[in-house]
Amino acid sequence: MHELSLCRSLVRQASRVAAEHGALRIRRVCLRIGPLSGVEAALMREAFPLASRHTAAEGARLEMARCPVRVHCPRCRQEAEASVNDLSCPRCGHWQTRLTGGDELLLVSVDLADTPLPPTG
Amino acid sequence: MCQTCGCALPDHLQHASTEHDVHTVEVLEGLKAHNDEVARHNREHFDRAGLLVVNLMSSPGAGKTRLLEATIEALGARYRLAVIEGDLETENDARRIRARGVPAVQITTGSACHLDAAMVHRAAHALPLDALDILFIENVGNLVCPASFDLGQHANVTLLSTPEGDDKPLKYPVMFRASDLVLITKTDLLPVLDDFDVEAVAAHMHRLASAAPVMALSSKSGPLDAWLAWLEAGLAERRRPFRPAPPAEGACLLSRPRGLA
Repeated sequence: MHELSLCRSLVRQASRVAAEHGALRIRRVCLRIGPLSGVEAALMREAFPLASRHTAAEGARLEMARCPVRVHCPRCRQEAEASVNDLSCPRCGHWQTRLTGGDELLLVSVDLADTPLPPTG
Repeated sequence: MCQTCGCALPDHLQHASTEHDVHTVEVLEGLKAHNDEVARHNREHFDRAGLLVVNLMSSPGAGKTRLLEATIEALGARYRLAVIEGDLETENDARRIRARGVPAVQITTGSACHLDAAMVHRAAHALPLDALDILFIENVGNLVCPASFDLGQHANVTLLSTPEGDDKPLKYPVMFRASDLVLITKTDLLPVLDDFDVEAVAAHMHRLASAAPVMALSSKSGPLDAWLAWLEAGLAERRRPFRPAPPAEGACLLSRPRGLA
């Protein structure tokens, strides 16, 4: 469950951005996650509330965009979508491809606000 | 439904940012930025000391400590070795290494499932780096989490013991894709296992677009030669002095006008 430690560093990064912009609250955090990043989106979702407790990110919404696994084949000189455990070129079967997408683990943006969230139910 | 305001817009990406007091700030930073920074710092320490640092990863029980014992036996007289041991609860592995006269620093991770760069940094400072040739980091036994954290090592070595089955690279692509070398261990058990194909492991690594070498050995009965040669080649690479290529005869690399030297 390394997602908890990644969520902690995510909260630190987002809080730093909030502090830099003089914002009091973080409303939303947007990530981009590839299946080859080694991170499970479902576990991130579970870990985020724990990691963000008593921080500016408490109550923020975590949005995760999944990226497809993509490879570039030097033989076909083209990019194609591949699967996590088969990165060979789907066109010609060449195995020495280069990963061009799918291992992302990126904090894309944060939404900042100066007022705390209204209390919910 | 958008959770920000309850509207029916499926795409609330823009919606949130039009709320009067909310503004979106683009960050585009890796989530592991902090760990990567500490790992870079570790690597600087290691490079300055001129030692080779190898991160050993595997599932629990694949034989990392046993491999280290055999490696110490083979290389201990020629090279100065040390081990950073990651373990959940015990100091057993560190004790086994120390019993062979090699310094070992234990990192007890408690419930943490992996080592991170900061843990290795603290441990590295407890070792005389300048007086070492090869430092092994024995990561926590786990084929998932350790793959995601750079420690500052020069090479990742993943052990795959024969009882685990030859399809592990396909089941744990993140770990095996990060490997610079795959060591199939416990080959002495191959005669009693009818479903482990050493060749298949190399084929699976190719499916992950990895050209990492795959070696098979038994820490108990050998042969360790290929593994030891790989280590020695890695160390030689670390120690190779940087020499700029000599200029070709008569060639002048500087375009300074003659007479102004």
